[in-house]
Amino acid sequence: MNRPSRPSPDALLKAARRDARGKLKIILGAAPGVGKTCEMLREGAELQRQGRDVVIGLVETHGRAETEVLVTPLEVLPRRVICHAAHDLAEFDLDAMLARCPDVALVDEFAHSNAPGSRHPKRWQDIEELRDAGIDVLTTLNIQHVESLSDVVAGFTRVRVRETVPDAALEDAEIEVVDIPPDELIERLKAGKVYVPQEASRALGHFFSKANLSALREMALRRAAQAVDRSLIDHVSLAGEQGNWAVGERLVVAIGGQPGSDQLIRAAKRYADAMRGTWSAVSVETPRTATLGEAARARTADALKLAASLGATIATVPARTVIEGLRAHMAETRITTIVIGKTRRSWLFELRHGSVVDQLVRELEDVAVHVVPVRFEPAADAARVAAPRVAPGKFAAALAMVALTTVGAELAKNVVGANAIDLIYLLPVIASATLLGLRASLFASFVAALAYNFFFLPPLYTLTISDPQNVVTLLVFGVVATVASQLAGRLRRVATIGERTATENAAIAAFGQRLAAASDEESTARAICEEIAGLLDVATVLLARKDGQVAVVGASPVQPTLGALEVAAAEWAFDRGEVAGRDSGTLAASDWQFHPLETALGVLGVLGIAAGAARDPLPAEKRVLFATLLGQAALAHERLQLEAEARELGVLRERDALRTTVLSSIGHDLKTPLTAVVAAADALAAEHGESVTARTLKSEARRLRRVFDDLVEMTRIDSGALIMRAEATDLTDAVAAAVHDLRAELARHRVVLDVPPSLPLVEADPRVLHHVLVNLLGNAAKFAPRGSAITVAARREPGVLVLAVRDEGPGLPPGQEQTLFDRFARLDGTDMTGGTGLGLAIVKGFAEAMGLGIAARNRAEGGAAFELSWDEIRLRKAAP
Amino acid sequence: MTGRILVIDDEPAIRRLVRGALERAGWTAGEAASAGEGLTAARREGCELVLLDLGLPDRDGLELVALLKAMDRAVIVLTARDATAEKVAALDLGADDYVVKPFDTDELLARIRTALRHRSGQAGAGAALAVGDVVIDLVNRRVLRGGEEVRLTRKEYAVLAELARHPGRVVTHAMLLRAAWGEAHVTDVEYLRVAMRGLRLKLDPDPADPALLRNEPGVGYRLLV
Repeated sequence: MNRPSRPSPDALLKAARRDARGKLKIILGAAPGVGKTCEMLREGAELQRQGRDVVIGLVETHGRAETEVLVTPLEVLPRRVICHAAHDLAEFDLDAMLARCPDVALVDEFAHSNAPGSRHPKRWQDIEELRDAGIDVLTTLNIQHVESLSDVVAGFTRVRVRETVPDAALEDAEIEVVDIPPDELIERLKAGKVYVPQEASRALGHFFSKANLSALREMALRRAAQAVDRSLIDHVSLAGEQGNWAVGERLVVAIGGQPGSDQLIRAAKRYADAMRGTWSAVSVETPRTATLGEAARARTADALKLAASLGATIATVPARTVIEGLRAHMAETRITTIVIGKTRRSWLFELRHGSVVDQLVRELEDVAVHVVPVRFEPAADAARVAAPRVAPGKFAAALAMVALTTVGAELAKNVVGANAIDLIYLLPVIASATLLGLRASLFASFVAALAYNFFFLPPLYTLTISDPQNVVTLLVFGVVATVASQLAGRLRRVATIGERTATENAAIAAFGQRLAAASDEESTARAICEEIAGLLDVATVLLARKDGQVAVVGASPVQPTLGALEVAAAEWAFDRGEVAGRDSGTLAASDWQFHPLETALGVLGVLGIAAGAARDPLPAEKRVLFATLLGQAALAHERLQLEAEARELGVLRERDALRTTVLSSIGHDLKTPLTAVVAAADALAAEHGESVTARTLKSEARRLRRVFDDLVEMTRIDSGALIMRAEATDLTDAVAAAVHDLRAELARHRVVLDVPPSLPLVEADPRVLHHVLVNLLGNAAKFAPRGSAITVAARREPGVLVLAVRDEGPGLPPGQEQTLFDRFARLDGTDMTGGTGLGLAIVKGFAEAMGLGIAARNRAEGGAAFELSWDEIRLRKAAP
Repeated sequence: MTGRILVIDDEPAIRRLVRGALERAGWTAGEAASAGEGLTAARREGCELVLLDLGLPDRDGLELVALLKAMDRAVIVLTARDATAEKVAALDLGADDYVVKPFDTDELLARIRTALRHRSGQAGAGAALAVGDVVIDLVNRRVLRGGEEVRLTRKEYAVLAELARHPGRVVTHAMLLRAAWGEAHVTDVEYLRVAMRGLRLKLDPDPADPALLRNEPGVGYRLLV
């Protein structure tokens, strides 16, 4: 039988995070009116009955008595009123809920968009924050608001919802479906039991058809089933069963500037979810894409942004062709599936550029290719058709070239003969094609043909064409112009892209060098701010935490003044390790966008960038560069931090080494006179008979030695110089040796050993355990009255072996069970018994160094008990 | 001058006090302040036992242990450091015993007596050894307690016999394991613990006040005599 394998650390981490965060339960419905809010309220009331602290953050009752009755038993938080565009909007008050901090918060309408000016644009983000604060949340959601399903829903209902919730927000939620048959829902609608805003009622009439409702209902049930599935997987991987779950599917979706990319992204997300794989979105930057208009580039950027928000990693790959770019990307990321859009393109386009789909299927053998039909309205594409404007200067230049050629040809006519003149006219055509682009070169070829006709073809100085051969000449000019300009244009664009990539690489390298040269925080901060500001043409500011406060450590080109909003966004980026500020999900009203510098040591800084209100500080084509620069900046910070820690550690270590050396040499110097004192006391007793003086001398010398040993051991514990040599130890042996060593101190007590021989052996360093036992027994001897019993008992408890030293002394002062292990802790009113107060601190230090538990308590029958415990893995089954 | 017992220690006060105690106990004693001086003195006729401080200024005390054993002198190591490894090393090099400073004079004298007895009794090793009501008969491989024969396992007997060959002295874990289980098992302390547990059950029932077997934590066991 297979032993269950260990849960992967990731799974455990996930579980730990899930436990610490508040749980999310979503009441999912197929459509408005199925009774989600009522269900949520009923569940809230049930939780309250179970003794949990339940508070309603916001519930839309739409004035219906049926719902309002359910609200009554629960505490309702007042809403926050926001004045916006002459309307007062009553919104959910996030801060009030965080301050109230109940066990469970009820917040209706997961997909709601907050009023402008709220902390988060979306309510689901408010709820995330509640969960981060450890509050469990109940909320409601209609299926058509799920981001990855909204296209599908819009496809058959013809109603597009604007308020969507990213799938990631649903990922670890418990989902409960409120399910009622479509007929019943339609009944309720007719009976006026479903709240529908007046102005939308006609549009919704179509929405509430039986066919639509059935489809929505099925989707809701399927989504819920998927959630159950996923939590099963989480559970299974936690339990350590390694089945066929982790198939390692990796999916990539290729996006271009064509409209409908968002549909493509959502489809890819659905596939990736279904395969339980990771996914990425890639845009290949080819010479051809460089000719696309601004609109197409913006669409690519938007699509990448959408993909990122749905949990994809995104990348932009420069390459000569789409296929090459995809192949390079796939080789790097071991992709198993590729999703591409099927766009309607003319057969002419495919003939010229080849079908990407065909090539993909042909060339990528190990990869599954999903082709997704993409619908879009042609109107939306108009922007792309808008051609780059041609400067009139180019036409003038073309005209000049032709004119020049005509003059030249006129001069050359008598030398080369009239038949070669047409070849000479190819010169301006080719020259304009390479230098001026397609339009100017077509113009040049047309003008050249006219000039040739006018000046050199009979009948001369007319534009009449008598010979069909001349028509051919004209056509050839046109073809040459087209082909040459295309070739030249492509070459030019490849060169530009290559140049840009090379420039970027050089910039990255230079940045790296400058960072490596920076040796302190200030110069590092300056390097980061100046380089990134220069490369991205933005303003930058670098913030770090100083004494708990976020402070500016560098900026370029000038030190900005950050408002409260910016500081809040920076704090957010710091605390969450997420992008905050402009164009992000948090505090988007800020002009600055803050990126955390994430390292293995946590977020070590936050970089803010801004480029004025009109311009996107981080356009799509700069993102990859920025991510690389940010990564380098984070690494530089990590290096600085580690260096600082190493320096600090070095100083500490030196100090510790010194202390240990001093103590052990003092130890030697002290023990020699002590030995002499003891020997002298013995001599005294031998020569003049045993006396109280001699005995006191001896016992005090012994005590001094113990104190000194304690001091040296404490130093060893502190400096980490304690070297453990664990070996199998029989507790009976260990206890007997300690009792023997302390026989003088224990002479006036009754020592009872209760260590059954059937106990397993334990793992312990014998010298260290000996020291621990001597200290515990010495402590008991010190406090317990004469003639009382000191018991050392060991027993087996489930999963643990406990060794207790019990006395019948005055016991521990109540409440000091923990502090008495502190260094130099002296029990109240007991300093008559002497000691350094180090003994128990050493016991604790030693016990912990050996991985043992240590506890102190008062016994019910009087006296104190100190307990050492070995857990199961430090026990050894007795060998044969 | 050299007596029967040589004290090698760099501290004059300790040398003087220890020598005084030795002479009170009826032994003749000599002193040496360094390793070099000590080696010269130990070579002289009549020296039987050396009390050796390991912290000497001119030479590593452990080296001296081996040299003195080569001269067939009994060696008791005096050490100021509570370092288990050092004790084990000294014993494995042949030292007869060790005493940690500051030591009790009576205890030191008892150890010296044991070591000297062991030296003189070397010829007679193999005879039966009686400790309290336990008799260990190494010739007939029998162990009696209160006149009754005690049944020991082979390993238990092997361990006990090794201890009985060095009565009163610490025998290191490695030595016991080598004797009972062989060279391959010198680090398997676990075996030894189990055998000791069996011996204690059968021969030495009060662990709070052992009459026969004493544990020296991290070092070895001693058969009390």
